[in-house]
Amino acid sequence: MVLNFKAMKYIDEYRNKDIVVGIAEEIKKISTKKVKIMEVCGGHTMSIQKFGIPYLLPDTVELISGPGCPVCVTSRGFIDKAIAYARMDDVIITTYGDLIRVPGSHSTLDKEKAKGADVRIVYSILDALMVAKKNRRKKVVFLGIGFETTAPASAAGIIKAQMAGLRNFFLFSAHKVMPPAMETLIDEGVEIDGYIGPGHVSTITGEGIYADIPKIFGLGVVISGFEPVDLMQSVLMLVKQIENNDPKVEIQYKRVVKPEGNIKAQQMLDEVFEPGDDWWRGLGVLKNSGLKVKKAYAMHDAEVQIPVEVAPPIEPKGCICGEILKGLKKPKDCKLFAKVCTPSDPVGACMVSSEGSCAAYYLYNR
Amino acid sequence: MCLSIPARIEKINGETAVCSVGKSTYEASLQMLEIEEVKVGDYVLIHTGFAIQKLDTEEAEASLKTFEEFKKMNDDLDLEEEQEGSRIV
Ligand code: SF4
Repeated sequence: MVLNFKAMKYIDEYRNKDIVVGIAEEIKKISTKKVKIMEVCGGHTMSIQKFGIPYLLPDTVELISGPGCPVCVTSRGFIDKAIAYARMDDVIITTYGDLIRVPGSHSTLDKEKAKGADVRIVYSILDALMVAKKNRRKKVVFLGIGFETTAPASAAGIIKAQMAGLRNFFLFSAHKVMPPAMETLIDEGVEIDGYIGPGHVSTITGEGIYADIPKIFGLGVVISGFEPVDLMQSVLMLVKQIENNDPKVEIQYKRVVKPEGNIKAQQMLDEVFEPGDDWWRGLGVLKNSGLKVKKAYAMHDAEVQIPVEVAPPIEPKGCICGEILKGLKKPKDCKLFAKVCTPSDPVGACMVSSEGSCAAYYLYNR
Repeated sequence: MCLSIPARIEKINGETAVCSVGKSTYEASLQMLEIEEVKVGDYVLIHTGFAIQKLDTEEAEASLKTFEEFKKMNDDLDLEEEQEGSRIV
């Protein structure tokens, strides 16, 4: 993609090298304690590796990745079920491109497509609705993955389907919410001194959802943007909090994140979803961490309308994706990394998604 | 999945906006914003076909000003180091 200069406004400024170096000096000056800072957003993982942020930080500050890649935390069981749907003659699968190459227990959606299944990549759920409109005799299943950022789009899609009378449109939801995962990690004793808060999740939710993290767990959260200057400033803010023993929720990404979030999107989420227990790779089942379709919209809930049984999922041997998502290990600790497991032939989900730690390390930090 | 580049609104047709990122254009639903509050020329953040927030240009400029201070501080330090011939930090 060729980007012209004018349209890069508010990007170039946030990539200014001198400013980044200036912030790095400031961090070096105030940082005395050894700290581990975790990011829980796949977009951050990518930016951090791409811009080489760890190399700009003093030895006292270590960055670790958490469970922030939606594809990576999604269960194999979900993929297996999606594949079972894809194998039905009267079903069309619509999905974001990220999922298509994720290995299930025995196959991928991509392989099923090659064998003749009707699997279509869409950029938006709105495109999936169009597919449903044009294929009234088929059941169109949309694979809903993602956190609070993406879930409102699925909510909007279901509401639209209901209004337009698209009875052949179904959402298969693996949507999740972030705070339970962040709290579980601390509860389980993973050593973290502060969180770089997910910028786009917070765009929707606002800062309130993290309130318990400083209050109950004593850790700070700084909601960050995605450019190098954003990330460096967020690290500086966290280091300051830690040095002053003053954990709190702060917003660095003020140009996008409002304290109250996006109320309209929150209302859509409430309208369509209710919290339910959900399984996360690396973390297991977390209470109220998933978004389930409410009864009022059950006619568009794939799990209710198109029941399928699949065998218990089989996890790949040697893949330590789960431990990487918990921040306990790094991709380079995996014996398969870059040898057996590569983006073109991935073993685990963390290598498939461009937001996954293994893929980010493979691309930028091998 | 996360397209995070601020896109500029070029045209608004009801609930949909045509937005540009460089030479590429995207259609984005404005359903998640208060439509009265966005206009042509605004920057919005697009995610899976929906504009999920308007970029606050005042905040963007304000942050940039703070950053300038870091740059200045760094330049001053460099200068001081040069003059004294020793590394300060
Ligand atoms: S490199 Fe591949 S096999 Fe190893 S943890 Fe990452 S995804 Fe799993």
